[in-house]
Amino acid sequence: MGEVSLIDVSKSFNIKIDSEIHTVQALRNVGFTIRDGEIAVLIGPSGCGKTTALRVAMGLETASSGSVLVDGREVRGCGYDRGMVFQHAELLPWLNALQNVMFGLEMKGMRGAELHDTAMRYLDLVGLKGAWNRRPHQLSGGMKQRVGIARALAIDPKVLLMDEPFGALDAQTRESLQSELLDIQARTGKTVVFVTHDLDEAVLLADRVFVMRAGELQEIIDVPLPRPRGDLGVLRGSPEFAAARYKIWQALHQAESVAH
Amino acid sequence: MVDLTAQDMHMNQTSPVTAAKSEVKPRPKLRARRAVPSWAITVATIGLLIALWEYFGRDVNPIFGSYPSAIAAAGWDMLRTGELGAAMVQSLEPFVAGFVLALVFGVPLGLLLGRFRVFEAAFGILVTGGYAMPLVALVPLLVLWLGLGFKVKVAIIFLMCVFPIAINTWLGVKVVSKTLIEVGRAFVAPNMVILRRIVFPATLPYIMAGVKLAVGRGVVAMVIAEFFTAISGLGGIIINSATNFDTARMFVPIIVIMVLATLLNALVGVVERWIAPWQSEISARD
Repeated sequence: MGEVSLIDVSKSFNIKIDSEIHTVQALRNVGFTIRDGEIAVLIGPSGCGKTTALRVAMGLETASSGSVLVDGREVRGCGYDRGMVFQHAELLPWLNALQNVMFGLEMKGMRGAELHDTAMRYLDLVGLKGAWNRRPHQLSGGMKQRVGIARALAIDPKVLLMDEPFGALDAQTRESLQSELLDIQARTGKTVVFVTHDLDEAVLLADRVFVMRAGELQEIIDVPLPRPRGDLGVLRGSPEFAAARYKIWQALHQAESVAH
Repeated sequence: MVDLTAQDMHMNQTSPVTAAKSEVKPRPKLRARRAVPSWAITVATIGLLIALWEYFGRDVNPIFGSYPSAIAAAGWDMLRTGELGAAMVQSLEPFVAGFVLALVFGVPLGLLLGRFRVFEAAFGILVTGGYAMPLVALVPLLVLWLGLGFKVKVAIIFLMCVFPIAINTWLGVKVVSKTLIEVGRAFVAPNMVILRRIVFPATLPYIMAGVKLAVGRGVVAMVIAEFFTAISGLGGIIINSATNFDTARMFVPIIVIMVLATLLNALVGVVERWIAPWQSEISARD
């Protein structure tokens, strides 16, 4: 199981601009439930609160009010039921790929041969078994992010939370990682919550797209594309893809015209 | 690095293996091949300074100054009699003890200062103040507490070294990327584990910079200790030669100390590349 619910979550930040304190309402009474085994994409213009929603779900931010449930149980702070993939991978530069994957497992209390073998298995899952002894600066952007995914998956979380993980990658690397993510998700059956501002990425990956605007959930849109998605290049050219894309584009466009 | 992009394009299981096989080769040093190497410039500068000193120094009354060949002769003399070697050992013993103590206390102190707000509020100001403390003025008091021997020398060297190490560590902790700490939090690492496994390694370059500063200060502290407590070691030779107006002899330990500090700094650099190799590989120039 891996069902994530945000219940009436609000979050405000105080930020200091020229010694004046401003309160920013990042999330306003956001509530939704992401089903077990689904890929949910949070999308919206920058500052819409999508990343904050993800961070609250992870437990890296505490909600000002409201609560987060995983499988119906309220969670406070971070936990091994959720695995986080960071925007720029955030590997520890002094550890090699394998040690980076082992880090999360060690924190979870795994030791010895089991630790090594589990980490290696997840590196293999993301296709990086052969590069296990490279340190982050010896890996390309795409490889780093794959290590980041392996690190999050290795602790066997119910939910994978991903914060614009492919945003900094070039188009080709991004495409290959998207299809690889779909593949991994199909194999592991994990629930995935994925934040992006890329419309195509949302349509390619999502079962449902959550459109956010100015700290609120504006609309939930079903993506009626078959799963497994097959060749993403072919899918991009299909009329179904275009239709789904247009629908989300409209919702986003509406969001933006309201925001400005 | 050539097949990294190719590997990202083809998502099969075999390409990473080929990618891993191609060794990451160090960048060829184009600059070094064409230009004069840095060490040669350094050697030339020192050589020129020694030559000038020799040329002009010979005309000076040997009480008011000396010159390289006379200093070298005096040094050779002291080396042969074993006087210089014994003095160095006598100086280095409290130096090493004080320096190691400064490391053992300074690094954890800096880590705690940087990481815990209450700790910082309570002790930060003492460390900042301690750094500026006029230690020489306190030496008489330290002598009253600890006597004239080994212990007081260690204390003086420790006090001179611990603050730059702690302050640099503290500063380093402050600039550790927040997201790296979030990685620890995301995997439910306890605070002390985050400190040890994430903050400490991320701070190493700053710690090493502090250690380099401390080497310079520690060597000065060593000489101060030898001047103002029991006269001994290299500082002892300086003060005894000065009172005998033997200027050439006086310069021998001064130069030995400068060379020693330079070598220690180089050693710190080597240690840094050994324990934090990722740093020089990431930064633009080593």
